[in-house]
Amino acid sequence: MSEKRVLIVGGGLAGLAAAMKACELGLEVDIFSMVHVKRSHSVCAQGGINGAVNTKGEGDSPYIHFVDTIKGGDFLADQPPVLSMCEAAPSVINMMDRLGVTFNRTPEGLLDFRRFGGTLHHRTAFAGASTGQQLLYSLDEQVRRWEAEGKVRKFENWEFTRLILDKDGRAVGLVAQDLTTMEFKSFPGLAVVLATGGPGLMFGKTTNSTINFGSATSAAYKQGVWYGNPEMVQIHPTGIPGSDKLRLISESARGEGGRVWVPRKAGDKRAWNEIPPAERYYFLEERYPLYGNLVPRDIASREIALICTKEGLGIGGRQAVYLDLTHQPEEYLLKKLGAILDIYEKFRGVDPKKVPMEIYPAYHYSMGGLYAGYEADSTGRLLKNSPKNQETNIPGVYAIGEADHQYHGANRLGANSLMSCIFAGLVCGESLAALAKNSKTAEAASSLLESECKLEEETYKKLAAQDGPENPFVIHKELGDAMSAYCLIERHNGELKKLQGMVDSFAERLKKASSLDKSNSGNMSAVFLRQLDGMITMSKAVVDAALLRDECRGAHSKPDFDNPAPSKETPIEDPAWTAYYEKFLAQTQTWLKTTVAKYDPKKSHPTIEYQTVDTRHLEPEPRDYTGVGKKAWAKFKEKRQATQAKA
Amino acid sequence: MSKNVEILVKRQDSPKAPSYWVEFSVPYEEGMNVISLLQGIRRDPKDKSGKSVTPVTWESSCLEEVCGACTMVINGKVRQACTALVDQLEQPIKLEPMSKFPVERDLRVNRQRIFDNLKKVNAWVEVDGYHDLGPGPRQNPDDQTTTYKYSECMSCGCCMEVCPQFTKDNDFIGAAVLGQARLFNMHPTGEMQMPKRLDKVTDKGGIQDCGLAQQCVKACPKHIPLVEAIGQLQRDITVNKVFGALKK
Ligand SMILES: Cc1cc2nc3c(=O)[nH]c(=O)nc-3n(C[C@H](O)[C@H](O)[C@H](O)COP(=O)(O)OP(=O)(O)OC[C@H]3O[C@@H](n4cnc5c(N)ncnc54)[C@H](O)[C@@H]3O)c2cc1C
Repeated sequence: MSEKRVLIVGGGLAGLAAAMKACELGLEVDIFSMVHVKRSHSVCAQGGINGAVNTKGEGDSPYIHFVDTIKGGDFLADQPPVLSMCEAAPSVINMMDRLGVTFNRTPEGLLDFRRFGGTLHHRTAFAGASTGQQLLYSLDEQVRRWEAEGKVRKFENWEFTRLILDKDGRAVGLVAQDLTTMEFKSFPGLAVVLATGGPGLMFGKTTNSTINFGSATSAAYKQGVWYGNPEMVQIHPTGIPGSDKLRLISESARGEGGRVWVPRKAGDKRAWNEIPPAERYYFLEERYPLYGNLVPRDIASREIALICTKEGLGIGGRQAVYLDLTHQPEEYLLKKLGAILDIYEKFRGVDPKKVPMEIYPAYHYSMGGLYAGYEADSTGRLLKNSPKNQETNIPGVYAIGEADHQYHGANRLGANSLMSCIFAGLVCGESLAALAKNSKTAEAASSLLESECKLEEETYKKLAAQDGPENPFVIHKELGDAMSAYCLIERHNGELKKLQGMVDSFAERLKKASSLDKSNSGNMSAVFLRQLDGMITMSKAVVDAALLRDECRGAHSKPDFDNPAPSKETPIEDPAWTAYYEKFLAQTQTWLKTTVAKYDPKKSHPTIEYQTVDTRHLEPEPRDYTGVGKKAWAKFKEKRQATQAKA
Repeated sequence: MSKNVEILVKRQDSPKAPSYWVEFSVPYEEGMNVISLLQGIRRDPKDKSGKSVTPVTWESSCLEEVCGACTMVINGKVRQACTALVDQLEQPIKLEPMSKFPVERDLRVNRQRIFDNLKKVNAWVEVDGYHDLGPGPRQNPDDQTTTYKYSECMSCGCCMEVCPQFTKDNDFIGAAVLGQARLFNMHPTGEMQMPKRLDKVTDKGGIQDCGLAQQCVKACPKHIPLVEAIGQLQRDITVNKVFGALKK
């Protein structure tokens, strides 16, 4: 083994950014990916990437970006990594520009920026409506450059299945399976980076790609890597219902003027263009005058879901609302949103420039992920070149991108993921270089590499031989339906308990499932048994953590434990505000904590523990997107300080 | 009785095995595409006669026609399976693997060749480093409109599947790769390495093997002006040669 070889699992934005940076810093890299890295899930991202470059004279700054991100995440994110990310964001966007990303431009030839949810600034750089694809391609090209120089080896169409840990519990390699020949092989390396994206498929039909099993995450978790905030998963407000997956209309459709509405009258059977403006209910604009259609995702999703389920105002009584762009000039729409409107037309056969789209919330993103640590400097930023940044609780195992739990707290702001993926990748590249410099780790013993590989082979052989009556793809569909019904938009403890039982029964049925295919060539069914096992394992962490967290925070909505703010009209002297804030403080005291799920091989469910959140820069406050609570909160704090001073 | 969708799949059990056709019949649902048919088959893996068979293997990822993975030949036309809507297809729907790349299993082929060729033509911008060097070069928004088209290329291989010059056993690099060479020649920094890139483009299997059949541009799902790219590359090569000679 080269002393400088690191193993990166995943070739999305995060993995490729880490690989390219590690190569620049003198390391050699093996990259593993279930598909050619250019086909990674990151291609799906449409809307853009955030960085406070402030070219629009709006006085935007990295600090405001930081505040928006922390508030958007309902204070659940550790603040040092977020501050460092927001400060680096403008330079990351500049770097991507230099790498050749075809970002949209202003007439002066500068990068153009658009508005996204959860902020009042134009902070989102975009490349047509396929920003993720464009960013991924530029990173892919850089990595190919290093590949041509012999610094990178790619193992594409390979699935990582196991970490190799030495007797001290440090990662010294991994085992992966070639998905064509079905053969296993061990790879030694200084460190293993998991850049394996989100685990969306446990929710069945989602906006995620068909490879988002979370199979790497679950494998590492089962070997002892902690999983942070599993219950924090994001729903995208504007999903397009589909028979194979839920596609997405990017938030940029709302950023470019898209208006969400339903008929005011329940059961209105008229076509959209027969409903006069006065009889259309633009409920987001009416309920959130400050942010309107651009309220953060969790709020938009819940409002849309509730207006259909509880208020019965969905179009034709169905689970759908209008997302309307028809008031915008066609040429403008083509230029700004061409590719994403194309998607709608391609998959629904209707032109959204002429007819309002029909949308409904869909599972979209996981804020939670493998527990990634950091080391802060004295100013509360990431300590540069610390090998601890992005390292998990297992030495030598790193987590980056959607697969990690950092940066987004309880809710991610639109266009912050692409930034966090690239940023964490670059930081991780530096961590790896620092690790290599100080490493005294001996090469993994070949006997260990061999025995671990054998172990995986044996496990797979047993799976492939499984011949029960159950079809794993059917179990998966049922798992997805159950998770989406009881653990997504709103959560109720009674339903979650029921769901726990259902998930346990899926685990039982999996034991009686057939591999459907005994062949040794491109066998996608036998590996699916392993992938499904991983999804069931991770579902337990999600459901258990959701059941325990008795509050509403960010994307985690549990109405029975809600602490609703007094209405906008309530005078600030009203005791209702005090009661509201007292309850908020109590809730913060109990629940402003990172959930840590730990796999316990002796139990069928995980052990759930909590850790304090690093809030050193910004004191938690109630989220307020209506603009009214600000004064009341200031007054409450003043009073509290006065009483505290007296005491 | 509910309607069914009739499908014919060309299968192959392993890279060296012979191919064979299997008929399937899958319950119809509104809004189905070819992917949902294949998903339907694996939830109930039986052929039309009711005999149990192995689920069909195919490659997929984004299902939004931006990753290129699920490319196959559908009713004789190479395209992405995710945007192939059942309502718009004649039945029985015929699914075949691409013919210009080695089959690994069923509808899944090995397209490594495309990525190897991208490596050959230096399809990247050579930057000094990944540290903070300020903003990139300013660019005319009209140029962005042009380059964006090229950079939507998802290496799906449709242009190669229809190209008479691109065969399983020659080494023509194909239109998509030439399009990417053109893309980087247009970038203000990429342009600085144009002479080097053009040399590579004229290597063995390079642009000279293009027969100008112009099928590529018709097959490209992203409507990339591949013929224009090839024409411009040829002009650049000539200019480069003249200047090269003048410099000597
Ligand atoms: C439709 C859609 C639109 C979006 N739009 C935006 C947006 O506008 N802005 C924004 O900021 N974010 C957006 N997001 C979110 C964002 O795209 C993702 O969070 C991000 O791209 C994840 O990147 P990643 O590098 O972490 O992982 P991915 O791109 O998911 O890559 C994961 C990699 O890991 C590999 N892998 C996984 N498991 C294994 C295994 N067991 N063995 C080997 N390899 C493995 C895969 O092959 C892949 O290469 C969007 C998401 C979706 C679904």
